[in-house]
Amino acid sequence: MADFFQLLFSGLATGSIYALAALGFTLLWQASGTINFAQGEFVMLPAFAMLAFASFGMPMPLSFFLTIVLAIAVLGWAFKRGIVDPLFRYGMMQIVVATIGLSIAMRNGVRLTGAEAHPFPSLFADRIYNIAGVTVTQSDIGTLVLAMLLVIGTQAFLARTITGRAMQAVAQNTESASVLGINVPRMIFYTFAINAILACAAALLVTPVYLAKFDMGESLGTKAFFAAVIGGFNNSRGALLGGLIVGVGENLAAAYVSAAYKDAVALALFMVVILFKPQGLLGRKEERKV
Amino acid sequence: MSGPLLEVKGLKKSYGAIRAVGGVSFQVMPGEIFGVIGPNGSGKTTMFNSVLGQIEPDAGEIHLNGQNITGLSPLQLNQRGVGRTFQTLQVFGKMSVRDNLIVAAQEHRGTMWSRMFAPGDSGLGAKADELIDLFGIRHVADKPAGSLSYGQQKLVDIAMAFMSEPALVLLDEPCAGVNPSLVGGISTLLKQLNQQSGVGKRASSFVVIEHNMDFVMDLCHRIMVMVEGEVMAIGTPDEIRANKQVLAAYLGS
Amino acid sequence: MKKQSAIIFTSVALLALLVAPHFLKSYGVYLLTYWLVFILAAMGLNLTVGYAGQKSLGHAAFFGIGAYTVAIMMKAGFSFWLGLPAAAAICFVTGILVGFPALRVQTIYLAFATLGFNTAAWLVMRNEEQYTGGTFGINNIARPELFGLSLDGALAYYYFTLGVTIVFGLLLFGLLRSPWGKAFTALRDNPIRAESLGVDVRNYTLLSFAIGAVYAGVAGALFASLVQFIDPAPFGVGQSIMMYLMVVIGGPGYFFGPVVGAAVGVVLPEWLRFAQDWYLFVFGSAVVLLMIWLPDGLLSIPDRIRARRESREASAARAAAVTAAAANAGKGSGA
Repeated sequence: MADFFQLLFSGLATGSIYALAALGFTLLWQASGTINFAQGEFVMLPAFAMLAFASFGMPMPLSFFLTIVLAIAVLGWAFKRGIVDPLFRYGMMQIVVATIGLSIAMRNGVRLTGAEAHPFPSLFADRIYNIAGVTVTQSDIGTLVLAMLLVIGTQAFLARTITGRAMQAVAQNTESASVLGINVPRMIFYTFAINAILACAAALLVTPVYLAKFDMGESLGTKAFFAAVIGGFNNSRGALLGGLIVGVGENLAAAYVSAAYKDAVALALFMVVILFKPQGLLGRKEERKV
Repeated sequence: MSGPLLEVKGLKKSYGAIRAVGGVSFQVMPGEIFGVIGPNGSGKTTMFNSVLGQIEPDAGEIHLNGQNITGLSPLQLNQRGVGRTFQTLQVFGKMSVRDNLIVAAQEHRGTMWSRMFAPGDSGLGAKADELIDLFGIRHVADKPAGSLSYGQQKLVDIAMAFMSEPALVLLDEPCAGVNPSLVGGISTLLKQLNQQSGVGKRASSFVVIEHNMDFVMDLCHRIMVMVEGEVMAIGTPDEIRANKQVLAAYLGS
Repeated sequence: MKKQSAIIFTSVALLALLVAPHFLKSYGVYLLTYWLVFILAAMGLNLTVGYAGQKSLGHAAFFGIGAYTVAIMMKAGFSFWLGLPAAAAICFVTGILVGFPALRVQTIYLAFATLGFNTAAWLVMRNEEQYTGGTFGINNIARPELFGLSLDGALAYYYFTLGVTIVFGLLLFGLLRSPWGKAFTALRDNPIRAESLGVDVRNYTLLSFAIGAVYAGVAGALFASLVQFIDPAPFGVGQSIMMYLMVVIGGPGYFFGPVVGAAVGVVLPEWLRFAQDWYLFVFGSAVVLLMIWLPDGLLSIPDRIRARRESREASAARAAAVTAAAANAGKGSGA
């Protein structure tokens, strides 16, 4: 039983990172109809940026801050203006293809600088706690707490602040939002900026485990994507639920079912959701338009 | 005297607590043009979609040529000779106008298997050309339908509904969004088609939803007025014009 | 005019394909064969995605199923000539099954579902070691014989693959010219309208998947015998995405789109293997730019130029008409 709780807990920690990436994914979708196939690379790039700043001798907090600024400019503003805006009129699949291209370019662009994995400093000490027979690492606790705080913070921002509500209005109905005098392009940009910040945070939490490598985004992107679909990618709470389900599910499956098929659990759930509840567990149903 | 082509009996449909259609009955005779008018929200479209198999009615029956067709899918209805047009433009944008017309009838020829080996135009080229000339769209026949003006696409849309020589055609606001100068032309075309088309060149029947009152009064043999999901009156254009209740509820205001 | 140039282009290309290998070393011939295999696979996907509009991101699974079917059957002692139709048949049936989700969900949801199918198929290939050899794969896959002729040599196998590709190309061409082609296009452009006109959306959707899958399966069978060693790597989600990109780059719904797409998607990177990272970086960036400037693919360039010329001519004609009218008006007032 202690094993089970241990697996559950570390699954929750991993899942909360998936949730961070998935949250950005759902926000982008809601605000601008963008399905970002480069979401994993949006986490990988900040990891390398932080390492680069650190290699110039900057302390970690400063390089994290600079990375956020850079990410908002590149993964937020430039991504929106350069790719999403011009493609918006063609439709969703064109954006999907473009972000696939983007992910290939980013992954192999980074690979040009070297294919080896770089170690990444952890925020947390290498400590292990024993709570009622269950051993948990400080990093698991810290990751879970920080990721949850970020997800809840983002939710609160969207629900409680004027800007956040304006962003939600844009996500629900762009036309009426603009009639109400909301600056739609700016709100959409804010969404892209939040996605960039969440990606930086995810990079900070995940890289110590995964190591900074050009292809680290590949599996992370897939998991975030599964999480977003399972939870419902027109609902931001769904991203959290989906992330935790995927994290816990793969951890338990690896231990109790088969390590070789551990990815199949998230996959099976994903397929069931797609086919029987395509709007996701918490998502709103989208009407078929005539 | 043969029976009605289309018979709708006690059709009901509610969305939650909102009653969209509450017990509508009417008959459409062979060769008849039957108009349906009513203010927005009067249940016209819900009635239409129930007849066309897009939504399932809560109660009531729909008969075509005496056969119960309630609950059949749009595909099955089309196979039984029911054609339709849509309120919004629904052409195949990347295909040429001529191919749009051909695809509109090809599935009525042969079987799936035999169509795999059939010529590209399924032997429908002449029929398509006939309609292209009738609708006056010869000059754009080889252009992609999506590149035409709104009015031209609307004509293509209507022409497509007639390609398979259906016994019954349901037209959902054929004049919506069309330049007023074209409305008279559409009316003339529909009258011609009413006489010419149909299986074995028998006259075919139409059900037309339309807001343009002059158009409906001019085109239709009989008109049904719907208000709040109920039938207020059915009669000839003259009878409808003279109906005080209708005037008060709909035309008068 | 357009038809003539297409015929001339096709004949020249065919002639080039017939003659080219004689000027190439065996690696060049291998690359050409490799290209043909992917053309065949992408042709199938072009039917599913480009013509019928079903956003499938699981095509590599069919490619893999074809390859593994032939490899496993040949290892069990059966002939390639039994394996090939078996691969096609299995892919046809699987294709129909994978098509069912498309009746429930469309666009990105369908892409997700097919992607999930691909992941599942890949997991089976990797994990079911007793049949597939797992990550070690299956090696020493033999090349077939045809009428007593050994196809073992690079050149012989090239001509064999070319023949198969041409036959399947012609079959597809015939299918697309028949009423089926129009039905698929109608399904892509507007499924609801298509259904109201008697197009059996269910049958055509399933068949667009099944026929596309057969092309991938046959291509996979040829691939297995070409590379003579298969492992799960080339049949993953990444390959499916690459195949989708091939169709999109060439031009979805353009018959020769896959020819261009396969060249850019697999032959160039294989040829430029020494600079693969650079190639993929440039390739990825090029896909982004292509989407922005040419969302209908490379083969849409002639159509674009024609459309631009037509609109220029139309505006020139309008301008001329205006000038003429103005001149007439001037004369009128002068008189």
